[in-house]
Amino acid sequence: MGKVVAVTGNEAVANALRQADPDVCSLYPITPQTDIVQRFSSFVANGQVQTELLNAESEHSAMSAAIGAAAGGGRVITATSSQGLALMWEMLHIASGMNLPIIMPLVNRALSAPLNIHGDHSDGMGARDTGWVQLWSENAQEAYDNTIMAFRIGEHLEIRLPVMVCMDGFIVSHSIARMEYLGDDEVKNFIGPYQKVNPLLDLEHPKSFGPLILTDLYHEYKRLQHEIMGRVKNVVLQVSDEFAKQSGRKYGLFESYRLEDADIALVILNSAAGTSKDVIDELRDKGIKAGLLKPRLFRPFPYAEIGQALRHLKAVCVMDRADSFGGYGPMFMEISSALYQADGEGRRPKLINKIYGLGGRDYMPGDARKVLLELNEISKGAPLGAVKEYMGVRE
Amino acid sequence: MKKWTELVPGAVVLEAGSSARFKTGSWRTFRPRWVPENCIQCLMCWLYCPDMAVNVVDGKMTGFNYDYCKGCGVCAKECPGKQGKKAIVMEPEGK
Ligand code: SF4
Ligand code: SF4
Repeated sequence: MGKVVAVTGNEAVANALRQADPDVCSLYPITPQTDIVQRFSSFVANGQVQTELLNAESEHSAMSAAIGAAAGGGRVITATSSQGLALMWEMLHIASGMNLPIIMPLVNRALSAPLNIHGDHSDGMGARDTGWVQLWSENAQEAYDNTIMAFRIGEHLEIRLPVMVCMDGFIVSHSIARMEYLGDDEVKNFIGPYQKVNPLLDLEHPKSFGPLILTDLYHEYKRLQHEIMGRVKNVVLQVSDEFAKQSGRKYGLFESYRLEDADIALVILNSAAGTSKDVIDELRDKGIKAGLLKPRLFRPFPYAEIGQALRHLKAVCVMDRADSFGGYGPMFMEISSALYQADGEGRRPKLINKIYGLGGRDYMPGDARKVLLELNEISKGAPLGAVKEYMGVRE
Repeated sequence: MKKWTELVPGAVVLEAGSSARFKTGSWRTFRPRWVPENCIQCLMCWLYCPDMAVNVVDGKMTGFNYDYCKGCGVCAKECPGKQGKKAIVMEPEGK
């Protein structure tokens, strides 16, 4: 049965990993993720899981070992942040290209330089094109639930893909919050035993991974990868439905908050969405029809569904906690594309982009209020300024 | 050629030994020539060849399999030969 606890995001995720009891965990510590693999290591030392622990000499090696173990036929986990994810980059593509369902919590942290250990989304957004499924989480509860669902999603026989579960460094990973654990047996039954697909450690059926594929077939293999990514959305919905039956907590491809009858809205990921919802309630009380959309599945991106959910609005601000230097914020580019394709009967919302909270800079209710009031003016016909703007910068 | 719908996800090769069908000998620009009179049957060539292109029958080196020999020259480099004379020499292909 469920148990209500007060724990940090890292502790919650470490417990989800314990309940999944993977065959192999390859690890390399990095702030603010270290806490997850440290806790997991004590589960191994205390015999609470049957997992083989591999201490790698770098994140590149940790991901390489995870790939080897997953190709061997095991349920495999690792976890990382920031520079660690950046160092894994080459191997991330190999994990997805080989269809290996490795599960990896990513505790979001800024990228160097300058060196910064705090939470922003530069790491995860940089891994956008690696072929991994990405689930984003607002708080410890969502990070825990997403981690459990990630095993079912990634290991689903129709897709077999690696999954990254993102949560904000420090703001969620190190803050204690109320959340609810599922029972060990409930999680075990929900995830089920690991189903091997073409394991290397099967001497009766020898096989090879990682062949050289040149101009004659590479294009076809990528077409297949695109096809498999296209199946993820339904798998996520199906697994989330089942999870709702088990836990009572409902998840979709994204969360809509007071959006249906709204005139203006924020699109915002992870922890800052929580702060924004409070401010939306406050503005609603004053008669301003504000709402919010918080993406959950960022890769593959549900363009049609999100376009549909936003197209009726008058003005939308896409909030990015990462920048694509020389481009708009990464979330803005997706929302723009979603709205361009959406059938708005000739109408679509005015769209602006704010870059906020880089390197863990606090996002306060006042920040949300300021943006929403600007949107309110735009919805009434005020002229648009710059499309992309850094907010909360000392001038 | 296969269509994308016929491929195994993850590009896993489900059949063992299929590289035998992939003849790497066509890449060669130099070919090793065996000089039996200088050969001491040490099998260093067989040990070093990256492509199993040295034919060994009953424990004896008997020549090269040119279907797979890429002409890398490692065997010729490692061959000790007899009294300073190499038992493998590299010659331009087509000579
Ligand atoms: S040239 Fe290279 S590939 Fe050919 S037999 Fe010698 S070592 Fe093997
Ligand atoms: S390395 Fe040279 S001497 Fe030794 S077996 Fe091969 S050809 Fe003969």
